[in-house]
Amino acid sequence: MTAPAPANAVPSPAPGPAADEGLARRLRALACTAPLHDLDTRKANLAGEYSVYAMAEVALSAIDLVTLNMDFDTGADHDQIVARLVPRIAAQAPGRPSAEHERVARWVLENLINVGSVDRGFRAVYGTFGPDGTYVRRDYDFKLIEEVPGYGGGVYLRTTDEAVNVLVGALDTDVTSAQIAAEVKLEVLISRGRLADAQLAAEQARYRTVQYSETLRRALDATRRNVRAVDWLEAVPDMIAEALDHVADRYRHENAILTNIRKARDEAEAGSDAKAGEHKRRAAELVDIVKDCIRRHTQLQSRLLEAGPLFRAEQDRQAFAPPAARAGLDLYGQLVAPVLPLPVEQALRVTDAFFARGVGLRTPSAVRVGDLVDLLLTPPLEREHLGAEMPEPDLVATPDDSRFSEEQLAAAMELLDLEHDAPRRLSGLLAEARRADPELPYLVALLAVHAASPPVGTAYRQGEPKLLFAVDDGAELDDPEFGGADLIVGTALLDAVGMAADRTEAA
Amino acid sequence: MTDQHPDTAPWSEPDTRPAPAAVTPADAADAARLVSFGLQPKLQPARDAEYTELLRRYREDAPFARLADAVATGLGLVVLEVSPRAGMAVTAAEDSVFAVRMGDYARRASSDAGDRFLHGLAHLAVAALAFPRPEDLADDAYIGRVTVNGVDAFVRQACSRLEERAEEQGENTDPASEAPGLEAAWRIWARRSSTGATKDARRLAGSTTGIVGKAVAFLTDSGFLQRTGDDSGGTYRTTARYQLQVRDMAGGAAMAELLDLGIVPVTDGSASLLSAEAEGDLELAEGAGLPFHADERS
Repeated sequence: MTAPAPANAVPSPAPGPAADEGLARRLRALACTAPLHDLDTRKANLAGEYSVYAMAEVALSAIDLVTLNMDFDTGADHDQIVARLVPRIAAQAPGRPSAEHERVARWVLENLINVGSVDRGFRAVYGTFGPDGTYVRRDYDFKLIEEVPGYGGGVYLRTTDEAVNVLVGALDTDVTSAQIAAEVKLEVLISRGRLADAQLAAEQARYRTVQYSETLRRALDATRRNVRAVDWLEAVPDMIAEALDHVADRYRHENAILTNIRKARDEAEAGSDAKAGEHKRRAAELVDIVKDCIRRHTQLQSRLLEAGPLFRAEQDRQAFAPPAARAGLDLYGQLVAPVLPLPVEQALRVTDAFFARGVGLRTPSAVRVGDLVDLLLTPPLEREHLGAEMPEPDLVATPDDSRFSEEQLAAAMELLDLEHDAPRRLSGLLAEARRADPELPYLVALLAVHAASPPVGTAYRQGEPKLLFAVDDGAELDDPEFGGADLIVGTALLDAVGMAADRTEAA
Repeated sequence: MTDQHPDTAPWSEPDTRPAPAAVTPADAADAARLVSFGLQPKLQPARDAEYTELLRRYREDAPFARLADAVATGLGLVVLEVSPRAGMAVTAAEDSVFAVRMGDYARRASSDAGDRFLHGLAHLAVAALAFPRPEDLADDAYIGRVTVNGVDAFVRQACSRLEERAEEQGENTDPASEAPGLEAAWRIWARRSSTGATKDARRLAGSTTGIVGKAVAFLTDSGFLQRTGDDSGGTYRTTARYQLQVRDMAGGAAMAELLDLGIVPVTDGSASLLSAEAEGDLELAEGAGLPFHADERS
């Protein structure tokens, strides 16, 4: 008989490292939702009556908006998010002034960023058991919406992975497989005509697309910074190949879906009852979502194609230069990289040493009492609030070089103001115009030719009651100055009331 | 000139022979003047005739050079290099009146260890990105380029790599609440926001780009960087002085401190993070799904 394994003499308070880790993960997930609950708790502290607003709802929809508006390069614009939040807030309290709605939007957004803290993030404390059974309290730091620098020094918003987890749930699975699953589901749902579910699935697929491009953006940024810091042997080419495959695959997939939905939409158009209308609306929304997915994929693809040339240019610069005579200090490999994993107490010693000898010198300024008096008595410089004075613009009257005068136009329009049931030949109109003014036939001919392709769309949109048109019936124009077809010019009456009704329906 | 004493003594003219080497007040003034030029780090030697002339004298006239060195040492300065490109490159010795103290540099840094670390790391990261390869630091002709956003992104990338590694190993990196000093250094940078909107459209001073921005602005005032543009939060290029400062002063001091902590970073003298063979060959990328490489070959 073999000796029994040493049994645990003292029962460990921890349920085992694996279970404890799972608990820690759930505690962290729970912590991510805390700021949202907190908003509803704290709204009572705001000056004014804000209990009518559902803050957690506004916050979730803010995270939603930021995620969807995040672009490949930048994040979402602060003001734009506020503007899009306002309708929902306004719906919660329609009677309140719009300034208050905006204030609520800003308050929620600022709290999601947590503007008050120096890290602009949140911290939750939770406890775990160490390997030796001791209970350790730990700080969990996270952000929901973070501010990132954009082009031109602007500040944009991006949602963090934690926020996306709160929003869509369990997204930290393998992005690719999750995406494939979502696409397959989407296709099935569409073929069965369950568009409401399909829309949900499509939106989730879009979140995953965003997350995927986010991962890639970070990797490409690293490539751009330092060729040698990135594994161009395997990791990056593999990643690019994978991403290109992904883009090609998704593109094909989404185009197929698009065709399917369009079919569904157009079939729904045939029916006219309320259910078919709802069906049609959903299908149209789906088309928009999938189009957006395709747009994002195209953007991703163009980034991928830039990576190779960039690598070669950097390589030319870095690798083909003549080798230096002596080896220097590898600042990253020998200093930055070893320092970062150290406990901050120890890392401080290194960074302090670098700081003390690396910032250069400052000549101390010696103060003289005389200067000080002058300095203190100098009146502050007036700031120019309005900037430099605008020079008076020098306006030059442009000469009136129109071919026809206003009177001629009026005369031509009068001539062409035909009864709707009495169209006329162009030849007759030209002859009549020539009697009034030798220049007028040119204008009439011009207007008639334009009438051959009447602006129906514009007239429809503007609700015009009638429209001038011209038709060629094959008759030749017999005129001393003009050649071509003798057009029949007439006026068509438009159904203004019907068109107006149509327009409101379409909208 | 050889040692005078054996032959001067018999002639009993001890005070006439050393005359050429004697220091006149004018020499001392010139030496001090040269050091004072060195104390204006943004001054370009080529732009000032007197500075150029004094530099030439330093290089040709050894006693004058020793005198200037002595003046610098007496003031608490360390001479790094005296050359036409860098000028009289001097830096402050440790307890000199010219030294910059962290507390004067950033107010919060004196009370908050986290902030102090962030400011120090910002300077280290600027240097690491300005001279990404050991060759760059060694090559006198190399001019590094850094951007504020680039430095921040670079450190963040390094931090997220450490985070991934910790996750792979199943480590819980959340620090114990009672011992903030034991928190891993990278976490401090990672959890600070990289930028933030402020009321007056300036950079948020406490954000990491704000901290890097402060570092590069300070280095610019030290004559170590020159601003070249506004892209990516501000673009800068390095000067010869910065290279000297990092190579001869800061890098070594930080390395000594690191070794003192018992950490010996082992590298083969080539660039960081990756084996040197990994890069430098187009063929490696072929067949990895990159159409542009295939095109170039055909």
